[in-house]
Amino acid sequence: MQANAQSKLSSRTKLRTVIYASALLFGVSALAADTDWIMKPMAPNLDDTASLQRGANLYVNFCLGCHSLKHQRYERTADDLGSIPHELMESNVIFTDQKIGEHIESSMSEEDAKGWFGAAPPDLTMVTRVRSPEWVYNFLLTFYEDTTRPFGVNNKVFANVGMPHALLPLQGLQEEVCFGKRPVDLLKSKTAIDQDRVDSIKGSGDDNCGQLAMKASTGIYSAEEFDQAAFDISNFLHYVGDPTRAERESLGKYVIGFLLILLVLAYFLNRNYWKDVKSD
Amino acid sequence: MSEVSQNDSWLTRATDWIDERIPLTKTFKEHASEYYAPRNFNFWYVFGALSLVVFVIQILTGIWLTMAYVPTGEGAFASVEYIMRDIDFGYLIRYLHSTGASAFFVVVYLHMFRGFAYGSYRKPRELLWLIGMAIYLVLMAEGFFGYLLPWGNMSFWGAQVIVSLIGAIPYFGPDLMEWVRGDFVMSGITLNRFFALHVIALPLALVGLVFLHIVALHRVGSNNPDGIEIKANKGPDGNPVDGIPFHPYYITKDFVAIVVFLIAFCAIVFYAPEMGGYFIEKPNFAEADPLKTPDHIAPVWYYTPFYAMLRAATFPFLGIDAKFWGLIIMIGAILIPAALPWLDRSKVKSMRYKGWFSKIALMNFIVAFFVLGYLGTIPPSAFATAVAQIMTIVYFAYFFLMPWYTSIESTKPEPERVKH
Repeated sequence: MQANAQSKLSSRTKLRTVIYASALLFGVSALAADTDWIMKPMAPNLDDTASLQRGANLYVNFCLGCHSLKHQRYERTADDLGSIPHELMESNVIFTDQKIGEHIESSMSEEDAKGWFGAAPPDLTMVTRVRSPEWVYNFLLTFYEDTTRPFGVNNKVFANVGMPHALLPLQGLQEEVCFGKRPVDLLKSKTAIDQDRVDSIKGSGDDNCGQLAMKASTGIYSAEEFDQAAFDISNFLHYVGDPTRAERESLGKYVIGFLLILLVLAYFLNRNYWKDVKSD
Repeated sequence: MSEVSQNDSWLTRATDWIDERIPLTKTFKEHASEYYAPRNFNFWYVFGALSLVVFVIQILTGIWLTMAYVPTGEGAFASVEYIMRDIDFGYLIRYLHSTGASAFFVVVYLHMFRGFAYGSYRKPRELLWLIGMAIYLVLMAEGFFGYLLPWGNMSFWGAQVIVSLIGAIPYFGPDLMEWVRGDFVMSGITLNRFFALHVIALPLALVGLVFLHIVALHRVGSNNPDGIEIKANKGPDGNPVDGIPFHPYYITKDFVAIVVFLIAFCAIVFYAPEMGGYFIEKPNFAEADPLKTPDHIAPVWYYTPFYAMLRAATFPFLGIDAKFWGLIIMIGAILIPAALPWLDRSKVKSMRYKGWFSKIALMNFIVAFFVLGYLGTIPPSAFATAVAQIMTIVYFAYFFLMPWYTSIESTKPEPERVKH
């Protein structure tokens, strides 16, 4: 399993302390609202095992502190994501005292979570099926500075989300900017990490406010690296949402193949019998 | 009952042994090898057999689902995921069942449309039609109760919306609603009783009704696309000249249809089990949460035409809330096809020989059904409601105006013999 993300950051415990501390300061309620943010396209790729493994790694480091995957087991994850040896999984991915056969659960108790965040952080086993992988990807990309919010950040696809920017050490902090008058085609891909495009049109007027740009390069990752990280996490969650997909789709070929052969036989059997029935 | 001789094979002797005790061969002859069906069945005549196939799929997968499903508010959602993830082929059993629910309504709606088009409800098949309507009603209830069981958020809120309709009944509505739910809110108690109804009561009723449906069919004989009675024209052997034995001719023909159906069915099960949110709605992948209403509550597609009519009632009448009248319209829309045998006054049965009024009325009805079905899936708006109101009128006009337009229009003469 690739561990580049892990090596680059301070320990998970440290991060969690920060989250808990900030959560304790503000009693937060999660208010869901859809926005008109134009989604950056994202097509998950379950054949990209390396991406899924990186996604799993990032998930346990940055997300699992709060968000369980309570219907998914470590063992299945290890087996599905390129047959990761169980010992390797236990030493690199399972940070709690959980066993390999157990569900991937956060060590944060629901009661504590309610006290700290106002609502327990949702289980994310099937977040990509309730929303979509694309939604998760865009959600991860679009945290930005908003001092009016308890955690100091807001989100473009989930307005007023009651959650801190968990990937802040990787991405750095974005801010809202006005892009000025822009060619129409740019409206379709207004994403935060397209730094060149942002620089080229920044400050040319006060139209199109509410776009995102990097405030300061405080993140460990470059824009491309962070984009990949967001993709990997979304891709991993897409797998977790429906882990039997690959098995199902390969079995389907055989079942439908069998039925097609049966159809040929059934057709000729029927035709043979119906020869007796004269048309008149 | 023949004498047992040394020359008979073991199979013949076994059959004789059974026939002396239960009428096996006689039943097979009556209902298959010597049951004469019209020779001119077309595409539309496969959906009865397909309904039976889907019914068997639902019963079998249902049995296996029940082995691991936990019918409690605390355990239901997790147990479905347990089936999906931890049980060998559990995902297959679950998707066969969830896809089967939608497939059931696809084939039943097409089966019913066949009846509409060829006048299969006309004398002497009134009772056959009414039994079929009873199957349809039980099936709708079965689907409704079953949809709550995964205990997803749409399960919860969909059931909440429909159960709350009972509360719109004047005077005793609120008490009745509480009685149905078994609680002051939708809860594990509601889930438990829906489970009991879904896996015991309604399937039993369905088995009995399907049996009666087939008995009634074999008593009066099948209708056909020409809408003429093949029994009116019998050959010297006493069998209808335009009839052919169900076995083997329609067994082999239905078998082809079943395989074609299974190919389409499996394509959905293996490659698109959610069917873009129409067969399994997206919010249902989140557990039921009484505090989190989905942005837009829509029933599964097979109820949406009736849901659109429910929402089309927007003003109170006789001092009673609009919601109540919506409920009346919805129930009326579901029940009214039962009156068809007595609404249709045409000299002919089949759409092939009916006049233009009947043809246009049926086309309008189909358009209204599809438009209402679509409107039931989208959030309400002033425009959508206005369209739904017009389409509701078109839907009912098909039935209410039928005695008039079927009796005044000129029809084509029916043929003497079926066209094949």
